[in-house]
This record gives sequence, C-alpha cells and structure tokens, in this order.
Amino acid sequence: MPALLEVRGLKAGYGPTHVLHGLDFDVDAGGVTALLGANGAGKTTSLRAVSGMIRTEGEIRFQGESIAGQATEAIAQRGIAHVPDGRGTFMELTVEENFRLGAYVRTDKADVQRDFERMWEWFPRLRQRWRQQAGTLSGGEQQMLAIARALLLKPRLLLLDEPSFGLAPLIVQEIFAIMRRIREESGAGILLVEQNANLALELADRAYLLETGRIVVSGLAAEIRQDESIRRSYLGY
Amino acid sequence: MDGLAHQIIAGIATGGIYASVALALVMIYQATHHINFAQGEMATLSTFIAWYLVTEGVPYWLAFFATIGISFVIGALIERILLRPVQNAPPLTHVGVFIGLLLIIGNATGWIFGYTTKVFPTPFVSDRPLMGGLVSAHELGTTAVTLVVLMLIFVFFRYTKLGLGMRAAAYNPRSARLVGINVGMMLALGWGLAAAVGAIAGMMVAPVVFLDPTMMLGILLYAFAGALLGGIDNPGGAVLGGFAVGVLENLAGAYVVGTELKLTVALIIIISVLLVRPAGLFGRVVLSRV
Repeated sequence: MPALLEVRGLKAGYGPTHVLHGLDFDVDAGGVTALLGANGAGKTTSLRAVSGMIRTEGEIRFQGESIAGQATEAIAQRGIAHVPDGRGTFMELTVEENFRLGAYVRTDKADVQRDFERMWEWFPRLRQRWRQQAGTLSGGEQQMLAIARALLLKPRLLLLDEPSFGLAPLIVQEIFAIMRRIREESGAGILLVEQNANLALELADRAYLLETGRIVVSGLAAEIRQDESIRRSYLGY
Repeated sequence: MDGLAHQIIAGIATGGIYASVALALVMIYQATHHINFAQGEMATLSTFIAWYLVTEGVPYWLAFFATIGISFVIGALIERILLRPVQNAPPLTHVGVFIGLLLIIGNATGWIFGYTTKVFPTPFVSDRPLMGGLVSAHELGTTAVTLVVLMLIFVFFRYTKLGLGMRAAAYNPRSARLVGINVGMMLALGWGLAAAVGAIAGMMVAPVVFLDPTMMLGILLYAFAGALLGGIDNPGGAVLGGFAVGVLENLAGAYVVGTELKLTVALIIIISVLLVRPAGLFGRVVLSRV
C-alpha cells in the first residue's frame, strides 16, 4: 500500500535561491513523520512545498494522486491542513470565527458541530475565549487555536510547523499531549517540523534529518533516538 | 430654527450618499489596502446605465436592480482583468492603474452618453409636504435606501459564510488559502459588491446634482473625507463619517463659508484627520500578542 503522502525528488526555493535539493520522504496514514534539522535546513520550505505555497519540482502524491503545482486552496480542499510558521491565526477575528473558518470548506454541518464540541473538550481555554479577538490570546492559546483551526478541516494529513516555538515548557508538553491524541483519535497522518528533536522523536514513528536542503539521515524514529552518534552530531543532545 | 433643522436633515440625506461611497472605498481598501480613485467614475457609469434603461422605458425599480447587477459584474471584471495582473506590484503601480481607470471610465462615459447634463428621475415623490415641509420625499427615500443597504452589507459580512470568507481573505490571504478559500474569487466579489454599492449611491444622488460624466467628482472627495474621518479600515466608522461630513458640509455651506466653498470643507477635514488622527475617529488598533 502506498503511503498517504509520498514525496520524491522534491526541489523548491524562493526566486533564484534553491532551498531544497531533491528530497524523498513519506507520511503514513495514522503515522507521524518528523522533519528535523537546524535553522535554514529547509524544514519550513518542505511544508510550504507540500501545500502549494511555493513553486516546486519533483513528485508530490497525496492518497496516490499528484498534487504538485495545484493551488493552495485546492490542496486544502483535498484534506491537507497546514499550521504554518507564525501560526496563521486570523488575529483580527474572534476565536469562534477562526473555528468557522477552519471548517469553511466542509459541508457536513452536523459533523462540524460535533467537531466544535470535540475541540472545546480538547482545548477548554478556547471555549472560555470564544468571542474574544484571537490577537488577544496568549502565545500558547494561539498555538492551540491554530491547531484546532487546522483539525476542523477534518484533515487526512496535518502539517505542523514548529508547534513548540516560543512557548513555555509546560505548554509545549500540553501541546504534544494533544498531538498524541490527534494521532490516536483522528487517524490523520502528521508531518511535523520541529526544533525540539527529543520531543519530536518521542512522538514520531518516522524521521528525516535535513541539512541545507538534503536528507542526511532517515529511518525509524525509535532507531534514530537510540543512535548516539546521530544524536551527538546532528541533534545536539 | 426650521432652517437649521432642514439643513441638518438635508445633510443627513446627502451624508447617506457619502456614507455609501465611503463604504465602497473602505470595502476595497480592506481587501487590497488600496484606495480606488475610480470608484466615483464607476458609480457615474452605473448611473448612466440606469438612465439609459429608464429612458428606454424600463420601469424605475427594474432598472434600479438591473443596474446593480450589471455594476456588480463590471466591478468584478475590472478586478479580474485589470488588477489581477498587478496584484503583487508596488503601490505606485496601483495608483497608476486607478488614475488610468478613472480617466478611461470617465471619458468613455462621456463618449457613449454625451456630456450634456441630464435629468435623472427619483422614485420617491409625495404630493403632500412631509414632516411639516422639513424634508423632501427624495431625501427621506434616499436615507431609507442607504440605511437598508448599509444594514444588508453589515449582515452579509457579519453573519454569512461568504462574508466571513471575504473578511478572512482580506485580513490574512495566506491563511485564507490554507483553509481552502479561493482568495482571488473573494477579491473579485469584493470589487463587484463595491461597484454595486457605488451604483446605488449614484442613482440616489443623480436626481439632486443632475447627471453628467463628472457628477461624482465632488462626492468622491466628500466620501473620502468621511472614510478618513471614521477610519479607513472601519466600515461602520466610514459610514458614520460619511453622515457626519454630509451634515457638516451642509451647515458650513449654509452658515459659515457659503455654498461656493463647501468643497473646501471636505479638504480641510481630510488634512485635519491626516495631521491629528491618521487612524480616524474609529480606526481600530489591532491588538496583537506574540
């Protein structure tokens, strides 16, 4: 059976600058794939390439169909939700409106309402701030709103860009606990970009290590976590 | 005393026109962060279309709604054909496009329909004086139409899914795409709506100022003053600003500077707002924690 997301020979960049030099990676349905690496390795660019935010070369297949070159909104409508760097929350709108936008392309109204309730259960603080402008939430709350917004698309694949960025350790723990729940309860595949390699490898089952736009190590997350030489030379812990 | 009351009421009636045009300006500003200088010319063209339909024997209200529909399509097409190709260009390019659009639409209107001033009908007539002769039927009708339009726009943006999608596309196009919204489509719709609102304003003001290709020139200036006064990023503020400018202009014209210098009032308002409070009276400061 092919993977949920298959990427082969992915090249991408910004204008004349090439950032990715031919990446191959997979995300399985119900699995978590982690992309690790230092700043500038091409992690964020990889996510942008998958959701069609930049020009790409190479193959990107989702559920067996090619999505390379499609418009971002068309890719979202296929069931790929993306929490971008900087979270992508609609700051000027209320928490409620952000929820409604998350489910914008869905037509199954009753299910949407049930998913609202599920998100309220997962993120009780968002319910308390229901009518508040999203820009007034704390950093952790905004990250939760960003994840809730993405989940409300009812995605088959979730792209998460540094969900721990700039957050206090306790909040990071909370967010990773929620990601475990997502994996168990929603059955969606997750492509996770993370600086916090330790946490990411605990959650992931597959991992790829990027260095300046190339994959230098790939394998099962559990094995990479055990491998001391990789940890020392690339992950720094 | 009656004179003062009449001036205020007449000011509210014209203020409603300014409020509509100000709203059209703000709608495009919110979606694109550009001021559409050609908004007035687009409204004039729409009014000429309505005039043509009426003189061809189409009943007023049928012509009214047909004009709104036609204007919507013209507005959306202008966005698709003229603005789409330059959407990522620097602001000066947009200023150039808008000025070009202003000249082209203005001259095309004159070329097609002629430069002679025309009488435009009002659907609001009464054989009895209203409110003791304080207000004309047309002023009352215009104000009512304006308020209905403003309410519809408010309800549309606030409570409908499409309205939410348009707001999302305006505030944060990148994220809007990520939730599956076709941002380009929303922009075209926004232009269409703005053109439709402008068309209504044009049809409401034409019976008072008479119809000619430069009809909206002064009105656009007042509307711009109203939009700035209320806050260029705040639709509700722009509407209030439009009404305020209408009343101020009328009172200043009647009691202070005389009718010849009325337009100066608009310019003074624009300069004062930009100097003292660039965000306008109700300009919203967006809070953001990081």
